[in-house]
Amino acid sequence: MSGFLSIRNLTVRLKSGVTILRSVSLDVAQGQVHGLVGESGAGKSMIGKAVLGTLPRALQVTGGEIWLDGENLLALPHDTRRKRIGATAALIPQDPLTALNPSKRIGPQITRRLVDILAWTRSDAEARALELLGEVQIPDPARVMRSYPHELSGGMRQRILIASAFAAEPKLIIADEPTTALDVTVQKQILRLIADMQVRHGTSLLFVTHDLGVVSKVCDTLSVLYAGKVVEEARMHRFFMRPIHPYSRALLAATPTYLDPTGSLTPVPESVISAVEEEVRLHDVRFGT
Amino acid sequence: MTLLRAFLIRFVTTIVTLFGVAVIVFVVIRVVPGNPIAMMLPPGATDADIARLEEQYGFDKSIFEQFLIWLGGVMQGNFGTSISLRQPVSDLVLGRLPATLELSIVALFIAVAIGGALALTGTRYRDTKTEGAVDVTAGMALSIPDFLWGLILILLFGVLWPVFHISGRISPSLNIDFSTNFYLFEALVRLRFDVIADLIGHMFMPALALAIPLAAIIAQLLKQSLKETMHLDYVTLARTKGYGENYVITREALPNAVLPTLTLVGVQFTFLIGGTVIIERLFSYEGLGNMAIDAVINRDLPLIQGIVILFALLFTLVNLFVDMLYVILNPRLRHA
Repeated sequence: MSGFLSIRNLTVRLKSGVTILRSVSLDVAQGQVHGLVGESGAGKSMIGKAVLGTLPRALQVTGGEIWLDGENLLALPHDTRRKRIGATAALIPQDPLTALNPSKRIGPQITRRLVDILAWTRSDAEARALELLGEVQIPDPARVMRSYPHELSGGMRQRILIASAFAAEPKLIIADEPTTALDVTVQKQILRLIADMQVRHGTSLLFVTHDLGVVSKVCDTLSVLYAGKVVEEARMHRFFMRPIHPYSRALLAATPTYLDPTGSLTPVPESVISAVEEEVRLHDVRFGT
Repeated sequence: MTLLRAFLIRFVTTIVTLFGVAVIVFVVIRVVPGNPIAMMLPPGATDADIARLEEQYGFDKSIFEQFLIWLGGVMQGNFGTSISLRQPVSDLVLGRLPATLELSIVALFIAVAIGGALALTGTRYRDTKTEGAVDVTAGMALSIPDFLWGLILILLFGVLWPVFHISGRISPSLNIDFSTNFYLFEALVRLRFDVIADLIGHMFMPALALAIPLAAIIAQLLKQSLKETMHLDYVTLARTKGYGENYVITREALPNAVLPTLTLVGVQFTFLIGGTVIIERLFSYEGLGNMAIDAVINRDLPLIQGIVILFALLFTLVNLFVDMLYVILNPRLRHA
C-alpha cells in the first residue's frame, strides 16, 4: 500500500458473469491528482463507483482491496463503510443538471450532510457553505443558498457541486468527468477551479476523464484503462514524453492538437486494438474468467 | 395577475362543466322509462289524479321548459323539492354531504397510508422477493372491486370476528348534540373520544373497502416512480455523502417521486367518491350515495339532479385542490 487511495487487484463483474474491471491496481498519493483515462465503456467510472460504494446493483466486487486512509474499505461492514466514505471522500459528479435535488434549496443540499452525518452545528455548516460558495466564485452566495437548482445555470450548479464536495474537507475527491456535460467555454473555468481548490485544500483527487488534454493540465500521475484493465500507469511527464504501451501511444497520437487544427485525425490502429484485446484475453485466461 | 387569470379560467370552465352535467342529467332521467308521479300514487289512481299531480310538479311541460324553470330556481339557490321525501333538495343533500365527505377522506387517508407504506417497502427491498410480494398484493387488491372488498370485510370483521359495526354511521343510542353533520370532525374538535371510537367503528370497513383498490394503485405507481428516481445522480450523490438507504428513499427520492403519483391520486379520488354510492348502500351508511340510489329507485328527479350536480361540483373541487397542491410541492412551478 503506497498511496492515500490504493486499489489492489480490484475485480468487478456483472452478476451475469461478464467482467467489467480486471484486477485493477492504482495509487493516488496524498495531495496528488491521479488521472484515469480510457475510452467509453473502459470502466473508468466504475472504479470511482466501486470506491464510493455506489456500483449499480447488477455489479459486484468479486476480488481485490480498496485501501483508503490506511483501511481496506471492502473489509468493513456495510454501514461503517458508508459512513467512513461520507466522512473522508466526496464526489464531483458528471452532470450538474441532474446531480442536485430539484425539490430542495441549494443551502440545505450543502449543509444538511455536515449537520446530519458529521454533527456540525447548523450555523457552522451555513457559514462554511457561504465561505465555500465564495471560494468557487459564486456571486451573492446568500441568495444562491436560497435558490432552487432550476434557477441556476449549468456552470453555477457545477460550482455548487464542487463547493459541496469540498465542504467537509474530504481527503479524497473523485471527479467523474466533471466537465463533460458543460459548454466548452465553461469547461476551462471549471477545470481551473477544481485544480485550484485541490491545491488549496491539499486534497487527493482521482480525476476520471476521456480527455488526455484535460489530464495533461491537472494530473500528476495517470492510469490508462482498456476493457477494464490498466494497460499503463505512469507519472505525467514520463507518459507524455515516452508512453510505453502501444495503446497509450496510439491514444496520444489520436488526440487532436491545437497547433495543427487542420491535420487529419488519427484513429487508434486496428493492430493496436487487436494487440490490446489479446492482452485482455490472456489476462482472462490467466486469472480464469 | 397570472394567478388571478388562471383562477378565472378555472371558474368559468367549472361553471360550463356543471352546466353540461346538468343538461345531460336532466335530459337522460326524463327520457328513460318510469314515471315519478305514478310511483307516488297508490295503485288504482285515476288518470285525472296523475295529470293533476303532473301539472303540480310541472311534468306536463316540455323538457326544455322544465329545464329553464329548474335552472331559474337553481340561480336563486332553490334546487326544487324532493318528490319522495317532500323536503327541499338542498336541505336533504347538504345534510347527507358531510357523511360522504368524511367517509371519502378517511378512505383517502387509509389508501395513502397503505399504498405509501407498500411503495416504500417495495423500493427499499427492490429486486427481492419482498418487492415481488408487494406487486402480488397490489395486483390482487386492484383486481377485486371495492364492493367485493366490502363483502369480504363484512364476512371477516362483521361475521367471523365481529369487531366492527357492519351498518349505519353512528350508534343511535349515542348522545350527540352536535351543531353540524360533520360528526367525525366535530367529535375531534370537541375531543369526544366515545363518539370518535363509535364513528370509526362504523366507518372503518366501508372506508377500507373504498381504500384498498386506490392503495394498490398508489403502491404500484409510487414504487415505479421511486425506483426510477433512485437511479438519478442526486440520489447517488446523497449516498456518497454517507446517507443510508432509508434516508435516501424518504428524503431525497420521495419528494420528487410523489409528483407524478399526485395527479393520478386526484383522478382516482374522484372514482373513490363515485364508489361511495355502492359502498354506502352495502354498509347502510347514511350518506349521499345511499340517498342517490333511493332517489333513482323512486324516480325522484329533483333529488337525482341535486345529488349529481353536487358530485360533479365535488369532482371539480378535488381536481382544483390537486392542481394547487402540485404547484405547492413542485418548486419549478411555484414561481411560474
